Amino acid sequence: MPYNPALVAPMREEMVRLGAKELTTLAEVDAALGDQKGTMLVFVNSVCGCAAGNARPALRLALEHPVLPQQVVTVFAGQDVEATSRARQYFAEYQPSSPSMALLRDGEVVHFVHRHQIEGRSPQAIAGELVKAFDKHFGTKAEAAV
Amino acid sequence: MFHPGHQDLHGITVVVETGGALTYVGRFDVEDEAGVHLLDVGVHDAAHGGSKDDYVRRSARFGVRVERKHLVVARSNVSRITRLAEVES
Repeated sequence: MPYNPALVAPMREEMVRLGAKELTTLAEVDAALGDQKGTMLVFVNSVCGCAAGNARPALRLALEHPVLPQQVVTVFAGQDVEATSRARQYFAEYQPSSPSMALLRDGEVVHFVHRHQIEGRSPQAIAGELVKAFDKHFGTKAEAAV
Repeated sequence: MFHPGHQDLHGITVVVETGGALTYVGRFDVEDEAGVHLLDVGVHDAAHGGSKDDYVRRSARFGVRVERKHLVVARSNVSRITRLAEVES
């Protein structure tokens, strides 16, 4: 059962402040991920205070890097259930976990950050790994950086 | 500590190896007199074929395929506990 919307509102707002586009419906997910072109980061948000509480600040730090995905989108696991399930279909090779992050280029997953790679790590450490992935897979400065 | 007030591994996804054919990958919850409690657990049974190491590496790369929501492994059966994040995928 989803948490009280008022409880998760700050977690949503944290992502929006980072420039992430929230995807809350099937149509929004398909519009963003169907026939996806360019580079994108999909952040699967979570109410988990410790893992997601480090993952969101990690993403904020990583987005200060000069090499960025062209788009950042987010779905909220356990809250926007259908949207999250649909988003996961676009990276179905990877088992569901939240929080997690998928880096895509032209619809292909080029890097995936699982929850188990977030647990117990500082935002700085997580961001460091994300930045390496940005450099490796995105390579050039985003034209439409967040 | 990941979750203050809890055991060090609480909330961390771990690989629990046993002295037998079974290997578990799941989120460590607590250890008590019953054993090690895991949540959202994948199970590998070497008796059914397939390499344990391959299973663990695949879990590290693609995530844990959850087969049990909660499972308790008796402490006497545990031979090693490692963090899945430390496994090279």
